[in-house]
Amino acid sequence: MTAAAPADQPLRAESAGALSAKRPLGDRSFQIIALAAGLLVLVILVLIAATTTDQATSWFTKEGFSGIFSKTWDINTSHFGALSFIYGTAVTALIALILSVPVSLGIALLLTEVVPRRWARPIVYVVDLLAVVPSVVWGLWGVLVFAPWLMGIYTSIGNFLNGVPVLGNLFGPPAQGTVQGTSFFTAGIILAFMITPIITSLSREVIATVPTVDREGAYALGATRLEMIRGVVLPHSQGGIVGAVLLGLGRATGETIAVALVIGSSAQITSHLFAPGYNMPAVIANQFSEASGLQRSALMGIGVLLFILTIIINIIARGVVGRSARRGRGT
Amino acid sequence: MAADTTQQAKADLREPAGWRRTKNRIATALMVLSLVVVIIPLGFVLFTVIAKGASIISWHFLTSDIPPFVLPASYGGIGPAVLGTLLITALATVIAVPLGILGAIYLNEYGGKGLLGRFIGFMSDVMTGVPSIIMGLFIFSIWVLHFGYSGLAGAFALGCLMLPVVIRSTYEMLRLVPNALREGAYALGASKARVTMTVVLPAALGGIVSGALLAVARAAGETAPLLFTILGGLSAANLNMFSGANIALPLEIFSNASQPYPGAQDRGWGAALTLITIAFILMIAARIVTARFSRYSR
Repeated sequence: MTAAAPADQPLRAESAGALSAKRPLGDRSFQIIALAAGLLVLVILVLIAATTTDQATSWFTKEGFSGIFSKTWDINTSHFGALSFIYGTAVTALIALILSVPVSLGIALLLTEVVPRRWARPIVYVVDLLAVVPSVVWGLWGVLVFAPWLMGIYTSIGNFLNGVPVLGNLFGPPAQGTVQGTSFFTAGIILAFMITPIITSLSREVIATVPTVDREGAYALGATRLEMIRGVVLPHSQGGIVGAVLLGLGRATGETIAVALVIGSSAQITSHLFAPGYNMPAVIANQFSEASGLQRSALMGIGVLLFILTIIINIIARGVVGRSARRGRGT
Repeated sequence: MAADTTQQAKADLREPAGWRRTKNRIATALMVLSLVVVIIPLGFVLFTVIAKGASIISWHFLTSDIPPFVLPASYGGIGPAVLGTLLITALATVIAVPLGILGAIYLNEYGGKGLLGRFIGFMSDVMTGVPSIIMGLFIFSIWVLHFGYSGLAGAFALGCLMLPVVIRSTYEMLRLVPNALREGAYALGASKARVTMTVVLPAALGGIVSGALLAVARAAGETAPLLFTILGGLSAANLNMFSGANIALPLEIFSNASQPYPGAQDRGWGAALTLITIAFILMIAARIVTARFSRYSR
């Protein structure tokens, strides 16, 4: 980009300058159409915020701040608090990050630092395949194959840790009524599979910007590969990796269908990770079609909260990624 | 940062050389392990889908109407869902790809370095992170509430998802077109619109098409935006894209996945294999286009 800048100057002067008045009509209208298409992005984002908020107003006004952030989600008494869904979103996203980040970083480092280039390509294809499998197929596999298999593991881990302080509260045995191993933790694992390709490919790009000279310098000082990674690669690419992880977090927060199938659809706040739960996108997906009145407004409102949350995460992530990418290029 | 590095080196050098090498080997082993940890479930998913799906897929299955959930897998098929996915995704492509390319032209050829251009580019990237279910809610509020469920509403929702992806991939491709090409065309007296349409776009076409195909592949597998826009639940195909509920493969999989009936689950696996196959075909097409037709690459 920097190299192209000087050559670009005369073009920009021509497009923005006094000549524009004399340019033919077709030329000017093309520019306006292109601008309109660009502005469409902003228009859509504003309209998303405006229309969904409008639909959610009756929930916001009826429940008020404390009602929105309360635990009760009861259709019979018409009380709709979003707290258990917010909790579920936070827990599942956190589990997904804890599982996915070390694995993604491991693969990214393997690809950039260990494996020869001609091997790296097929490995990248394989990891990208994870992103090609549609969300609903992860969900189908998750609920029919993976969760029933996990149920046995959950039960043995739960029985082993039962009564152990802290760990016993987190990984207690799943309740007898639990359907086929659907739980916060199952949702977290499925999410981890889904965000791994994103975190891997972004951190790989960042790591690839580490100057070879720095690497060679570390090796010349006698560093092993691990010491070189810790001393050179990680400090250099820290910012970009944080951005990649945040983008993965954004995806984990908004991912809907796979989670809706494996989380267990039970609105509760519990420390037991093997217990069924609910999160924000899943409750919208499961209940919106049959909802009406205040419940529909509440689900729309959860959508608004989710939109704000993911927009904030993504703005921070893009900011961090953009800054570290510019630094990586040395500008 | 430099201070960190020296600190690091000092601390490590106090350790015996053998232990340092062992630690290095453990780290490498962990990296390989993390790849294995990812490949096993991926292989497991693909194997299950193919094993359970292949036995049920036939021409009859791909074209017949959708039977009630309780019927065994030998009855009916997923024809309407296949048709719905193809039509709705095609409509979304027709809506989103031209707009995305125009948006990218604005970003790279016109206002890209100005404040507005940079802001649009940034917000477009942010928009790729908007959850797909939000797009469904958005089109529900702005379209379905006024005009009812339709394939077109689903296409709008998928189009909203595709737009920023197409903008980003096209923008990256336009950036690779050398300025000398543009200057050559200007020197012949062409206007900027003509230069863009006849010189810049054709030069970047391979990459643009390949990026668009990947966006289509992603959109075809999306369920959440379709839930409240096309509704689903049909047994026969609805060829009218402009009114009435419709059905698509992801919705069919979603509703079958939570059914206790083996027949419904089997049809779900068959639909899953069909959907993955469509996504793969699009992805392979994208790779072929990239390999054959892209003149400039990073």
